[in-house]
Amino acid sequence: MKQKAKTGEQLFQEHVNQLKRDRRNTRYWQLFIFISFFFLWEISSRLGWIDPLIFSSPTRVSKLLSENLLNGSLWFHLRITLLETIAGFLIGTISGIFLAFLLWYSKKFSDIIDPYLVIFNALPKVALGPIIIVALGTGYISIITLGAIICVIVTALVVYNGFRSVDPNYIKVLNIFGATKWEGFKTVIFPASLPTMISTFKVNVGLAWVGVIVGEFLVASNGLGYLIVYGFQVFNFTLVLYSLVLIAIFAALMYQTVAKLEKWLIKKL
Amino acid sequence: MSYLNIQQISHYYFNQNNYTNALKDVSLSIEKGKFTALLGPSGCGKTTLLSIIAGILKPSEGTVLLQQQEINKKITSIGYMLQQDYLFPWKTILQNTLTGPKIQGELTDKSIEKAKELLEEVGLGSVSDASPNSLSGGMRQRAALARTLMTNPSLLLLDEPFSALDFQTKLKLEDFVSALLKEYNKTSILVTHDIGEAVAMSDEIYVMKANPGQIHQHFEVPEEVRNLSPFEARRHEKYHELFDRIWEELNQLEAKSKNR
Ligand SMILES: Nc1ncnc2c1ncn2[C@@H]1O[C@H](COP(=O)(O)OP(=O)(O)OP(=O)(O)O)[C@@H](O)[C@H]1O
Ligand SMILES: [Mg+2]
Repeated sequence: MKQKAKTGEQLFQEHVNQLKRDRRNTRYWQLFIFISFFFLWEISSRLGWIDPLIFSSPTRVSKLLSENLLNGSLWFHLRITLLETIAGFLIGTISGIFLAFLLWYSKKFSDIIDPYLVIFNALPKVALGPIIIVALGTGYISIITLGAIICVIVTALVVYNGFRSVDPNYIKVLNIFGATKWEGFKTVIFPASLPTMISTFKVNVGLAWVGVIVGEFLVASNGLGYLIVYGFQVFNFTLVLYSLVLIAIFAALMYQTVAKLEKWLIKKL
Repeated sequence: MSYLNIQQISHYYFNQNNYTNALKDVSLSIEKGKFTALLGPSGCGKTTLLSIIAGILKPSEGTVLLQQQEINKKITSIGYMLQQDYLFPWKTILQNTLTGPKIQGELTDKSIEKAKELLEEVGLGSVSDASPNSLSGGMRQRAALARTLMTNPSLLLLDEPFSALDFQTKLKLEDFVSALLKEYNKTSILVTHDIGEAVAMSDEIYVMKANPGQIHQHFEVPEEVRNLSPFEARRHEKYHELFDRIWEELNQLEAKSKNR
């Protein structure tokens, strides 16, 4: 009897150890790929397997990185792009949720607007870039708008569907107590659809980056998107790759932050 | 004039390409303090009728008078317990119980105190801060009952409140609810398709039939059975007598609807 219990314990311990080992193994592989990528990039650039003028090399990129870090240019451009992305993300997400609320609140409104939403959703929003720039000027406003407009309709449609899939009997419970439509939204629809809304955040972070970078391609005179275009024009591909690396790092960080926020919020609910 | 008057209610549901006549010419009246059961097969319009009485569904035709007043959405003296508990999973049991006062803008220390007392009374005092998800089916039903009683309704509508429970829990809860409602002298309407439950708990029984939903027959529960608790009532011989009569009646109804 006692023997048996001990084996169960041991098996469990082995299982835990196995899991740990697997996880460590995965990490090693990830690290291996990471290092070999930069190693290969460096080697092939040095040995001339790839054109160093186009593909640059990790050492050159990191040299530029440390230079720009010291002279403040990194922070200057990064800050602008980050702020634009965050603003675009917030404005796009919040107005998307607000639009979803309007669609939910008035069936008439949602029926009327439906075909326009479908068209606008299908339209590649970056194609609106030139029009937005003509209308709003060549400043930050246009770039933020582009970042926002790219998420707003998807958010509205997804969140509206979330609102509608809430069991109407919950609303019935409130109506028995004489609740108004707005109270029903506040007490039931909104909290019940929070998980849906948070899941749109993750998608929107990626979308806002697309909008902002394209916006900077089109008009900006600073920011990471601008650096890419500038580097391309003066054939400085170290600069292009440097901007790309920065974008990759910070897009991933932002995504992780939102994912953390999601976990935290879900746990709190 | 009775306490509750249901006059010639008809209701139609409209779909894309057809309609359902859920209720046709339903009239009945209920005296204050009485316990009435609505019995009938699935789809005969029981839930529809309750929603109309509660004022959250406007009937296609007819009126409902509560103490000579036409009911509307604003009337809060009606409590309605839905077919399932529909507790809000993101709120604690106590917060769920306080839904009514919160909506009606009467969330005071006094109402919180009252909610705690009510939860104590339905045997949930120790789990008032728990999430509904951690409660058993019977506990959830009791929490839903506490939420319904919180606004102190004088008319109580119960839509198959015990149908999702195992037999034993169901018998206990029947006794509990019956005693509680007698104590507060509530007028109640219970929807069920359990004949035994209807006979054991109520003073009057209306049997409904489907397609379209109509009142088919009215039974009075004998005095001897009424005064017993549901559990004891089930052992009385008059209980069995009435049970058999209603059983017969429902069988005939079913046979008729099959022949058509
Ligand atoms: N929202 C709705 N839209 C369309 N038809 C409906 C709707 N609600 C109910 N019905 C129809 O009306 C009829 C009566 O429904 P109701 O829910 O009142 O029956 P019920 O007696 O409560 O049934 P059950 O015992 O299964 O709960 C059924 O035929 C049903 O299909
Ligand atoms: Mg029903």
